Amino acid sequence: MNTSRSASLTLSGRFAALRLSGVPLIPMAILAALVLIALFADVLAPHDPEVGSLGDRFQPPAWLAGGSDKHLLGTDHLGRDVLSRLILGARVSVVVGFTAVIVAGILGTGLGILAGYLGGWVDQVIMRITDTWLALPALTFAIFLAAIVGPSEMNIVIILGAVYWTRYARVIRGEVLSIKERDFVRLAVVAGCSKRTIMRRHVLPNVVNSAVVLATLMLGVVIVTEAALSFLGVGVPPPKPAWGLMLADGKKGLMAGYWWLTVLPGACIMLMVLAANLLGDWLRVKLDPQLRQL
Amino acid sequence: MRRYVARRLGYALLSLFLLSLTIFLFVRATGDPAVLLVEPGASKDDLEMIRTQLGLDRPLWVQYGSFIGNLLRGDFGHSFYYRTGVLELYLSRLPNSLLLATAAMAFSLLVGIPTGILAAVRVNGWWDGVGKIFALLGLSMPSFWVGLIMILFFSVYLGWLPSSGSGSALHLIMPAVALGWYFAASHMRLTRSSMLEVLGAEYVKLARLKGLPEALVIAKHAFKNALIPVLTLAGINLVIMVNVAVVVETVFAWPGIGRLLYEGVAFRDFPVVQATVLLGGVMIVIVNLFVDVLYAVIDPRIRYER
Repeated sequence: MNTSRSASLTLSGRFAALRLSGVPLIPMAILAALVLIALFADVLAPHDPEVGSLGDRFQPPAWLAGGSDKHLLGTDHLGRDVLSRLILGARVSVVVGFTAVIVAGILGTGLGILAGYLGGWVDQVIMRITDTWLALPALTFAIFLAAIVGPSEMNIVIILGAVYWTRYARVIRGEVLSIKERDFVRLAVVAGCSKRTIMRRHVLPNVVNSAVVLATLMLGVVIVTEAALSFLGVGVPPPKPAWGLMLADGKKGLMAGYWWLTVLPGACIMLMVLAANLLGDWLRVKLDPQLRQL
Repeated sequence: MRRYVARRLGYALLSLFLLSLTIFLFVRATGDPAVLLVEPGASKDDLEMIRTQLGLDRPLWVQYGSFIGNLLRGDFGHSFYYRTGVLELYLSRLPNSLLLATAAMAFSLLVGIPTGILAAVRVNGWWDGVGKIFALLGLSMPSFWVGLIMILFFSVYLGWLPSSGSGSALHLIMPAVALGWYFAASHMRLTRSSMLEVLGAEYVKLARLKGLPEALVIAKHAFKNALIPVLTLAGINLVIMVNVAVVVETVFAWPGIGRLLYEGVAFRDFPVVQATVLLGGVMIVIVNLFVDVLYAVIDPRIRYER
């Protein structure tokens, strides 16, 4: 069962072994589709997502009375095509979500390994900072940082990375503490490997599994946080189409009952988060039995 | 016991120190904090005044000293928008936040505990399946979207509930459900796993062996013990709810701390934003300390750890 934990197996080998047992096809397909949509968003979008004509504002989706084939999913308060904005919005969520998860992952995994392997004062400093940052409510912390650095897609990635690395550091440090006591690490020490080499060649490959599981589980959290920030006006700046921003705009038509402006972007967020959570749950059980309790 | 409490207290104080240091450094990391702390559109003289007031020419540790000194005296700065002390403002909004959080907690426990128990008692049955789907949806639907959808149904289409504001029990229903939704799912998950653990315990087996009806075994022997971790989590979650309600409070225009934070961002009222983050962190550090000590009181084994 635990062959995946030995240091010799390559990453691709590990994922090849995974393929044998029931991959959750639906979440994989949803995520793959979203990534593809994000990649080819420019080609797929029927209209310019940032330009609309005020004469076409608040048009319902095509299948409702008053809708037209020109705008399949209707238009928003500025007459912009909802379908095009959803498609381009996928790009924002995919790009921000994946990069933020990776930034947080690299930072947290690196610091977690340092803290766990070096121990002593390094461990104390890193873990005290981790604990303190974990005490800050994530969304509030993110809003605070956004208020300081101002809104842009790049800043959102940095903010989300800064807020969420602590989740990785905690778990990875715990793993490293037990890996440190294993024979192959002791042998490496005896063989005269430097601390750097041991951390990079012997410890890191053994925590990659957990980092991947955590990253998948974090993806949903990060996407919801980005949407919340955009919704509050401190995330992706308008007129760029982000799903959270679309929800904020959708509020303008809510009381008039223009449901498509609220239901559709939220459904997209939910779909992506749901897919990420399902995949994360499955990966957790598959890759890392120790994390099952998480 | 005393040593344990002292150590926990030490950790908490260290956390508070690091917390204030983090906030302090972040505000200064971007260059000129005076720009953040002065009203938008302030004159050059005002900027200069704020700079001398903050002592930006002095060494960092002196600046930090006066920052902490002000905090300890309860001076969290002045709101540009409301023209009052930030702490006053915060405390005036806190009761609303607590009211919302309590209602949301009640909702999440009323939904989460019974469904969790049902799922555990009929483990792997269809109820368990429904429960799993519910938990998954709960964790995947952003609370503010749930709120918006509810407004659409209950305010716009049905006209049953007011879409925003506060003042009556009716105003409380939708924000509480939207906020409690996510937590209901997590309380359900915990109730289920805690209940499963207890149902496998020796004393439950004994209760069954002596011939008690299953309903009584579950209600009297299992339920009470399974509830302990759930209620502990609920205690921590209550404080977290106060601090994550930003989006829900914004959707429903509920006048709590979250709404205050949103206004702080929208009106570029930075002292408000800074204070909300700080006080949120302080609240959570204190609750964690409280829980740690409470655990030690309940379970003597924890006191002698390490």
